[in-house]
Amino acid sequence: MKTTMTPFTKTLAMAGLLGASGAMPAAAQGIDETVNQIFASSTGWFVNLIFSSFPGTNVPWIVCWLVIAATIFTIYFGLIQIRAFGHALALVRGSYSDPNDAGEVSHFQALTTALSGTVGLGNIAGVAVAIGIGGPGATFWMILAGLLGMATKFTECTLGVKYRNEFADGHVSGGPMYYMTKGFAERGLPGGKILAILFAIFCILGSFGGGNMFQSNQAHAQLINVVGDYPGWITGVVMAVIVFLVIVGGLKSIASVTEKVVPFMAVIYVGTALIIIAMNYDMIGTAFGQIFRGAFTWDGAVGGAIGALIQGFRRAAFSNEAGVGSAAIAHSAVRTKEPVTEGIVSLLEPFIDTVVICTMTALVIIITGQLITDPETGMFVLNEAGTAIATESGNSGVALTSAAFSQTFGWFRYILAVAVVLFAFSTMISWSYYGLKAWTFLFGEGQTKELIFKVIFCCFVVIGAAANLGPVIDFSDAAIFAMAVVNIIALYALMPIVKSEMNSYLSRLRSGAIRKFD
Amino acid sequence: MSRKIVVGFDGSDASRRALDFAITRAQAQGDSIVIAHVLEWSPYSFLSPTELEERHRRRKEELQRAETAILAPELKRVQAAGVPVATAMRYGHIAETLCRIANDEGAALIFIGRMGESGIAARLFGSVAATLAQVSPVPVTIVP
Repeated sequence: MKTTMTPFTKTLAMAGLLGASGAMPAAAQGIDETVNQIFASSTGWFVNLIFSSFPGTNVPWIVCWLVIAATIFTIYFGLIQIRAFGHALALVRGSYSDPNDAGEVSHFQALTTALSGTVGLGNIAGVAVAIGIGGPGATFWMILAGLLGMATKFTECTLGVKYRNEFADGHVSGGPMYYMTKGFAERGLPGGKILAILFAIFCILGSFGGGNMFQSNQAHAQLINVVGDYPGWITGVVMAVIVFLVIVGGLKSIASVTEKVVPFMAVIYVGTALIIIAMNYDMIGTAFGQIFRGAFTWDGAVGGAIGALIQGFRRAAFSNEAGVGSAAIAHSAVRTKEPVTEGIVSLLEPFIDTVVICTMTALVIIITGQLITDPETGMFVLNEAGTAIATESGNSGVALTSAAFSQTFGWFRYILAVAVVLFAFSTMISWSYYGLKAWTFLFGEGQTKELIFKVIFCCFVVIGAAANLGPVIDFSDAAIFAMAVVNIIALYALMPIVKSEMNSYLSRLRSGAIRKFD
Repeated sequence: MSRKIVVGFDGSDASRRALDFAITRAQAQGDSIVIAHVLEWSPYSFLSPTELEERHRRRKEELQRAETAILAPELKRVQAAGVPVATAMRYGHIAETLCRIANDEGAALIFIGRMGESGIAARLFGSVAATLAQVSPVPVTIVP
């Protein structure tokens, strides 16, 4: 660990180390340790840059950047996330789809594919990290960030569809790289090309970090939690081989099985969470009390209310990826004459991901009493290092979520292990695609070039599983937030275009010029 | 009076028998035939990002393949039998889409071949014939 780290990142990293080292004895970890040290020392500067705080405070500027953007989009588009929510559901149901276009990508398919990239470990492990450090109050800020993030997602996905590239053979490529170059040119703004290149570089890093290493890391953590300890590189190699078979070998069967199983896993996860919450219905009031109190007051969590806010916003952004630009890549393949319709559909994404699924995880952890409080003062008790709230099981991250669910249903940790591995896998597949799009944007399309990217991607699967949680989570967040820095600049520049598209569409919808088909 | 017969055709032997039967009926009564090919498709299926990207291209390829490999030879055969004929290709749920085609074409009859499904699979997933029998807007003839 570098000594130049900010207190905040250091806190997080230490919390991660503690959580991971609790489960792993030092012996037989030789390879893992080496990987971990090299990794931590080579990425520290990047992490520090992204997570540096405003001078004299411990508020990371990147968190403000995301929240201010989401607030501006929410106001600028006149609470589009509330106004268009019902219409979003109708679009997904297919009420406005022309039956003659059947066989093309539907709104439902674009949404679920984008969701399978975001619903994953952020919802299970990330939330546990946030609550473990920021306390229950982090949940409040996480939900708020999710609601605001819907407007950001709307903006980027509308642009993603509007400025996508359609090739002569019928395949499409879209995403921030394209709206940065084409959109800026259309508005006569300079710098579109530079932004696009920067975005593509960060997108590649993000695809190695949050979209890859964090996933294999937490999948491994969950596996050792169930089957007992073994070195991380073994999980890494196995997962890397499977990912390799899918993205290089074109083993579509694995990918399509995952695509079909993941939504059911998500339903099982939310369903089980609801059952646990219902079984502890007498605790619901207390839990919400803790969430609201913790959001605004000092309740003993690390960093108090500000700590809760930072954790909540940070995990929400990491989980639903609003403003990051990844969703704009996934959504751009939909077949629609109106780019705004896909923007409207995409605003459901942060809602499902953060407001529904993340909140379930948070409620289960709080309701099952995983966080230790002082019986006299009612304040949370910190662990020995003072970096996170002490937990009943001594766990953090995915293991904490697992402990919370298993307290009610002992067998659930096996289901959770399967879910985590599948979520991790589907997120990796999605991010390998996002990374590849950025890669081909920079270097051009071509079999050898694409193969190089895919092989590097698989190597990072192994590194992720072998390294400890702390450095991995820091680098993952840093890379993904770096994408957001560039992407949001472009969103500000192009938001008038989205607004005129939106106004035109909504007025035609009201006048009945846009027809319902069923 | 000339009526239109929609024949559900997927290239199978059963569907060929249905078409043969439709040809004899059409010849006898001066009817015309619409050969309808439905490509099974649900807008609520789950696809990977790569599948999304390629979907539009795939759809074009699938339609082209169905046109040349499945519909074109039959079109010639029906024309040779002296029956007025057209084709229709759509994506969707098979039974529902056949009904929609019958509606759009103003057809009087739907002919389909019996696939011979029985037992658990047919009970669980339903058969095209059974669904048509329940929802079709026009009389349905099932050819064994």
